[in-house]
Amino acid sequence: MTDHPADPILVVLEATPGGELATSAAGLLAAASQIGTPAALVVAAPGQAPSLAEQAAALGAERVLAVESASTQSELTIPHVDAVAAAAAAVAPQAVLVSNSIDGRDIAGRFAARTGAPIAVDAVGLSRDEEGIVAHHSVYGGAYTVDSAATFGPLVVTVRQGAVDARAEARALALESLEVAASGAPSAAIESVEAVTEASSRPELRGAKRVVSGGRGLGSAEQFALVEELADALGAAVGASRAAVDAGYIPASHQVGQTGVSVSPQLYVALGISGAIQHRAGMQTAKNIVAVNKDPEAPIFDVADFGVVGDVFTVVPQLISALAERKR
Amino acid sequence: MKIIVLVKEVPDTWGERRLDLETGLADRAASEAVLDEIGERALEVALAYADAHADTEVVVMSMAPESAAATIRKGLAMGAGSAVHIADPGLAAADLGLTARTLAAAIRRIGFDLVITGNVSTDGSGGVLPAMLAELLEVPNATALSSVEIADDSVAGTRNIEGGTMRVRASLPAVISITEALPDARFPNFKGIMAAKKKPFETLSAADLGIEPEDLSVPWSIMTAVAEKPPRAAGVKITDEGDGGTRIAEFLIENRLV
Repeated sequence: MTDHPADPILVVLEATPGGELATSAAGLLAAASQIGTPAALVVAAPGQAPSLAEQAAALGAERVLAVESASTQSELTIPHVDAVAAAAAAVAPQAVLVSNSIDGRDIAGRFAARTGAPIAVDAVGLSRDEEGIVAHHSVYGGAYTVDSAATFGPLVVTVRQGAVDARAEARALALESLEVAASGAPSAAIESVEAVTEASSRPELRGAKRVVSGGRGLGSAEQFALVEELADALGAAVGASRAAVDAGYIPASHQVGQTGVSVSPQLYVALGISGAIQHRAGMQTAKNIVAVNKDPEAPIFDVADFGVVGDVFTVVPQLISALAERKR
Repeated sequence: MKIIVLVKEVPDTWGERRLDLETGLADRAASEAVLDEIGERALEVALAYADAHADTEVVVMSMAPESAAATIRKGLAMGAGSAVHIADPGLAAADLGLTARTLAAAIRRIGFDLVITGNVSTDGSGGVLPAMLAELLEVPNATALSSVEIADDSVAGTRNIEGGTMRVRASLPAVISITEALPDARFPNFKGIMAAKKKPFETLSAADLGIEPEDLSVPWSIMTAVAEKPPRAAGVKITDEGDGGTRIAEFLIENRLV
């Protein structure tokens, strides 16, 4: 290990309210290790940094810069941006990678605006060419691929969650504490944070290998149970279209789509979902797509590998019993 | 209270959207242009507040080609008091940095207590602009709000963060962004459409704002390649004749998905 690698990449890691690294950390560090030497930044409540730093090293961070500050609990965005600015000054990175999460976008946006750095958003991968770092994007619901790069200077990149499957090799922990000068930029105050823990034996939607989603075609919150039954039969996570969420069939955390969760499972089953582009944008990178819908013109059939025009309330129970039959 | 709402013309997602493979820019002729729905919801937040507080001024603002004027006018028909349209051919290929600097200059020029935007646009899905504007305007950001309470000197709301929900409050002036959890926008009625014709509609160039679009001394994010992905091969589509469920099970078994 050299003191100053020639190709440092600053990776901004987020912590959950519970003090764990966010699930985006592994993909971010892997993406960074593909284009350079990852230096991770963790910004945490007092006492939390050592454990977060250990997790970061295990996921491939060559060095971990840690900031512990109580202000992260009371002020929105600014303490993180101030920390990123201090870390960038210490690391002199060729790129700054941030998760394309709600908070990540804010941190990346403010940091780029503050430093005048160019920003590339919602990247699905990164590479290097002879001129430097290139961010890869998948746009218009996956219909196009676009590359972007900085004319000069470091590129700030927000990376789509779950887009990078690769994992970096674990490194020995090299922890440095980072001094941060507060910018004094005005921030919103955090009045309270409530951790949501959904008690469920089903897999988490983000990152699930199989997903069964329901739409408005289910008709009511009671009848949405059919989606859950099929999900349980397949060992799948439960998703939903925005229409089903708007209709109150299921909480918003299950929404698949452009403004919900993006999924890339082996199998995606869409029940009673018409397939508006906003929904397709969140699921059409699934390896196999099965759709059941009454409307033969539903756009979901354009992306389905196997589509059944029919009533979910007759087709799905038959599917569930066929699956049960097979297990016997 | 002066509220600026940022709106955007986007290709209608119900049609096909195309990128020009030469320039990498949106092919505006290929699909119908509409006001982005999330911007309409942002405008609804401002209009709902104005309904209850008579001394509220609501300005819609957009940076877009000249051809977008009619779309921006819809914001006036819905109830905004005036519109500001930044239209300049020199801004056609603006990256997010130049876009943020230009919008911030226009917002500063108009003056504001609150800026409201959508959380992510339908076309770019970037979601970083609200925070960039807040930084340039030197005010707090409160983003991705699923509920909004505007008071005389502050704005508060709830945001659904990873693994929880958070309550935040910012003193004004501030920049906020809202999510689809907020109500649908009102439809413009005939009276609104007629009234819109008489409302102030200001068109600004980059030079009006003191912005030099081709300033190459600052770093840019540029598009280096664009390609169309081959469309997904059409799969099998059957009509249920009493064996639809069984056929799906067979498909899953054949493809080792169960």
